[in-house]
Amino acid sequence: MSSIGTGYDLSVTTFSPDGRVFQIEYAAKAVDNSGTVVAIKCKDGIVMGVEKLIASKMLLPGSNRRIHSVHHNSGMAVAGLAADGRQIVTRAKSEATNYERVYGEAIPVKELAERVASYVHLCTLYWWLRPFGCGVIVGGYDRDGPQLYMIEPSGISYRYFGAAIGKGRQGAKTEIEKLKLSEMTCRQGVIEVARIIYGVHDEAKDKAFELELSWVCDESNRQHEKVPENLLEEAKVAAKAALEEMDAD
Amino acid sequence: MDSIYNDLNAPHSMGTTIIGVTYDGGVVLGADSRTSTGMYVANRASDKITQLTDNVYICRSGSAADSQVLSDYVRYYLHQHTIQLGQPATVKVAANLVRMVSYNNKNMLQTGLIVGGWDKYEGGKIYGIPLGGTLLEQPFTIGGSGSSYLYGFFDQVWKEGMTQDEAEKLVVKAVSLAIARDGASGGVVRTVTINKDGVSRKFYPGNTLPLWHEELEAKDSLLDSLSATSPEPMVS
Repeated sequence: MSSIGTGYDLSVTTFSPDGRVFQIEYAAKAVDNSGTVVAIKCKDGIVMGVEKLIASKMLLPGSNRRIHSVHHNSGMAVAGLAADGRQIVTRAKSEATNYERVYGEAIPVKELAERVASYVHLCTLYWWLRPFGCGVIVGGYDRDGPQLYMIEPSGISYRYFGAAIGKGRQGAKTEIEKLKLSEMTCRQGVIEVARIIYGVHDEAKDKAFELELSWVCDESNRQHEKVPENLLEEAKVAAKAALEEMDAD
Repeated sequence: MDSIYNDLNAPHSMGTTIIGVTYDGGVVLGADSRTSTGMYVANRASDKITQLTDNVYICRSGSAADSQVLSDYVRYYLHQHTIQLGQPATVKVAANLVRMVSYNNKNMLQTGLIVGGWDKYEGGKIYGIPLGGTLLEQPFTIGGSGSSYLYGFFDQVWKEGMTQDEAEKLVVKAVSLAIARDGASGGVVRTVTINKDGVSRKFYPGNTLPLWHEELEAKDSLLDSLSATSPEPMVS
């Protein structure tokens, strides 16, 4: 598959001779094997969607949420090890409330992303900690407009128009690039994200999945919330129809 | 009775009149310049309007030491915050930090403050932070011992959306009225105007201030009183 560390991969505090830290790269693999997460920045807000792979038929639909609200105007979608993800979300919530307590205003999205990235990076500096096995997409709407950031297990954080992590990220990124995001509203964006996720879902390898969608936009009053039921249904129907169209070709 | 040295060792207090008003496009902060140690005027030309950031200033009243140290702390916190944020801090954040320090140390501090400034999100804003550490955003606010004499004046004269000129004239008039009645306020009037174009400081020496009824005119020699005209009656 890929190159093995041969001794340089035993600890996150060891560099290899060619300047790589293997433990961090292995952590990224945990993210790559998880269900796809897609997020886009439309002209009036952010839409985030997750392909939540269902491990067992006994699971209650709607449980094991992968998208969390961090503050009233920002949310986080998690890919990778779920327990690690929960820790990051808890930390993000704590940073957000702490900022508000000290500075008296909602935490700017840029600041939130930087603090979370800093925390993730922290866990790559000590041998007695392991890196987080999850990637996180932060979407929020503050006074500087809607913003989207992606944070990888290495602690890198970049700002994006559109981002995807997980199994189907390559296909998803190609699809996102085709979209005219600057002209799209979030209402339209929801349909597109659903279509992309249904498109990259691998029917052969993974059986069932649940679509989780959230948005933060002018229509939701700049609050981060689950996409309303009727719009969600509309998106699913449109996505399935698009899929059949593709198959028909 | 009491030793004459009591006054010299009393804590420096700014009797003070401080004012902050918003106008259409920014804010005007005003203050007198008297710092007293008991009955002795320690500094007759002090500057009670201190800079916190490029776009936010603070008027200080009460204990001179307490308000100076508090301003120093908040300036330091705001500096770090500005670096992290990558853009100027908002007036609201500055006011919040002042309130945090004031409230958390309420047992030790004795200072009333007015934070005023301009930022691109909210425009000109004034926040009053009196003794206990309350935070209140107001279109205008007054503070210090001299402010007691200005409540009725502002009730009558205040209006929303003044021009910069109207606001500055109002502030100077108000401070000079307070100086006339409050023994702990005096000296010169300083104003700081903050808007989107920046900050401008103005200075009004004592002899340029209007006289209010029964005050003696400022003069260089007592012989001038032979040729002096009688004082003008008070005009509103």
